[in-house]
Amino acid sequence: MSESTLFMKHDAILDLIAGMAQVLQHRLDDRQLDNPAMIGIHTGGAWVAQHLNTLLALEEPSGLLDISFYRDDFTQIGVNPQVKPSQINFDLDNRNIILVDDVLHTGRTIRAAMNEIFDFGRPASITLVTLIERSGRELPIQPDVIGLSPPLGLADRIKLTGPDPLSLEILHGPRTGI
Amino acid sequence: MPSQKSDKLQLNEHGRMRHFLTIEGLSRELLLQILDTAESFATLPGRPVKKVPLLRGRIITNLFFESSTRTRTTFELAAKLLSADIINFNISTSATSKGETLLDTLRNIEAMHSDMFVVRHAQSGAAHFIAQYASPRVSVINAGDGRHAHPTQAMLDMFTIRKHKGDFTPLRVAIVGDVLHSRVARSQILALNTLGVSEVRIVGPRTLLPTEARALGVHAFHDLEEGIRDVDVVIMLRLQNERMDGSLLPNEHEYFRLYGLTDERLESAKPDAIVMHPGPINRGIEMDSAVADGPRSVVLQQVSYGIAVRMAVLSMAMQSQADLGGEA
Repeated sequence: MSESTLFMKHDAILDLIAGMAQVLQHRLDDRQLDNPAMIGIHTGGAWVAQHLNTLLALEEPSGLLDISFYRDDFTQIGVNPQVKPSQINFDLDNRNIILVDDVLHTGRTIRAAMNEIFDFGRPASITLVTLIERSGRELPIQPDVIGLSPPLGLADRIKLTGPDPLSLEILHGPRTGI
Repeated sequence: MPSQKSDKLQLNEHGRMRHFLTIEGLSRELLLQILDTAESFATLPGRPVKKVPLLRGRIITNLFFESSTRTRTTFELAAKLLSADIINFNISTSATSKGETLLDTLRNIEAMHSDMFVVRHAQSGAAHFIAQYASPRVSVINAGDGRHAHPTQAMLDMFTIRKHKGDFTPLRVAIVGDVLHSRVARSQILALNTLGVSEVRIVGPRTLLPTEARALGVHAFHDLEEGIRDVDVVIMLRLQNERMDGSLLPNEHEYFRLYGLTDERLESAKPDAIVMHPGPINRGIEMDSAVADGPRSVVLQQVSYGIAVRMAVLSMAMQSQADLGGEA
C-alpha cells in the first residue's frame, strides 16, 4: 500500500475553484469567448465543472465526458468496466468550450477528451481548465486556467475524491493498482 | 457437444473473457459487465460521429459457415463502430469434411493477422473447436453453433429486457415455440437463470420442447395462453425448419392455430408485457402481424441493441489480449 497525505480539504478546494472561476471569467471576457459551454471529464473533472458552471451562471448544465473509449493505452489496460456514457446535451458546433479536468499530468487524458469532443461536433474554441497542474507532461498540452501547481515527486500521485466533500490527497510512492 | 470445460476456455487466468462461446459457466457479474458496457455504446448512435477509436488497427474476421443476415451485419457494424477492420468469409460447408478443413481455414485466416474470429457454424461445438486451436493472440466469438449456443443473441435479449423492465429478479419470462432446436433458447435460459429472474417458462408442443425441462431450470407448458399467463416478457422463437428431421409438426397452419401469438392470446400476459423475437419472423406462423408490428413488440429494438451488445463483447474479448502484454 502506498502512503497518502491529505493535501487540501473541501472548503479550501471550493475557495480555489472560486478563484479559478474569476480568472476564467476574465479570460473569457478578454478573448471575447461568448456563450461558452462547460464539459467536465469523468469523474473529478465533472465535479469541478459543476461548481464552475454554477459560479459562471452558464445556461446549460455542464456536459460529461468519459474518455474510456478514446484512451491510447487500451492495449495495456483495456476498457474500464465502470465506463459511463458521455453526455453532452447541447450542440457544440461553433461553441466556445471550457474543458475541465481535476489533474493535468501527462496530457493524454486531454488529448483523448479533445478527440471525443470533435466526434460530437466542431467547437469554435476549447479553453482548458484544471484544478491541479503537475509536472510529467508527455504531450504538448498546456492549461489556460489552473488552480494550483504543487511540487510533487515523480512517483507521487495527487487525487481528487468527492463529490461531497471534495478532498485532495497525495499518494506517495509507486502506483499500486488502478 | 462442447465440454464442461468451456468456462476454462472462455476466461483467461485473470478471469477476463478471452473467448465468448457460451453463457454456460459465466458469472452474473460478467453478464452484468457486458450489459453495462453495452449501455455506453448504445448512446453512440445519437452523436454526429457514431464510432469510437477503441479497436483501431485491429482486424476482425466474420467466419460464417452458415447463412445469416442480421447477425453478420450487426457484428460487421459493431466492429466498424469500434474502428476495427473487418473481413467477411462466407463459406459453404456442404461438402467439407469438418475437422481438418476447419483447421486449415483457421490457419489461413490467422496467417492474415486476424485478431478475432466471429464464427457461425451449423455444427454444435464448432466455435469451441476453433477456440481450442486458435493461437494465443486470437479471440473467438460464437455467433451461433448448431443447436448449442448463440450467446450474443441471448445477451442482446437480456439488454432489451433490462431496458424495458429494469430489475431481472421479479420477472417471469416465457419462451415460446421450437425450444428443442433453438440455440437462442438454450442461451437465453442460461442467461435468464444466471441473472436471477423469478421464473423461466418454455411453451410449445411436446415434440418441440426438450425433455429435460427440470434440469434446465424451467417450467414446461403445452398450452400457449396458460404458458404466458401473467408473464412480463414473451419471447417467440422461429420455427427452425432447416434443423428439423422428419415431421415434428402436423403443418404450419395447425401450428399457428395452437401456438401462434395473437393480440387476443397476448391478453393473458401482463398488460405491460413486451414481445420479443430473434428474427427472422415467419409472419402468420409464430405470430400475427398485428402483434409483430404492435405496441408491445420490441423486435426492432432488439436489432439496434444487438449492435451495442456486440460492441461490448468484441471490446471485452480484445481487452483480454492486453493481459498478454506487449503489442499484438
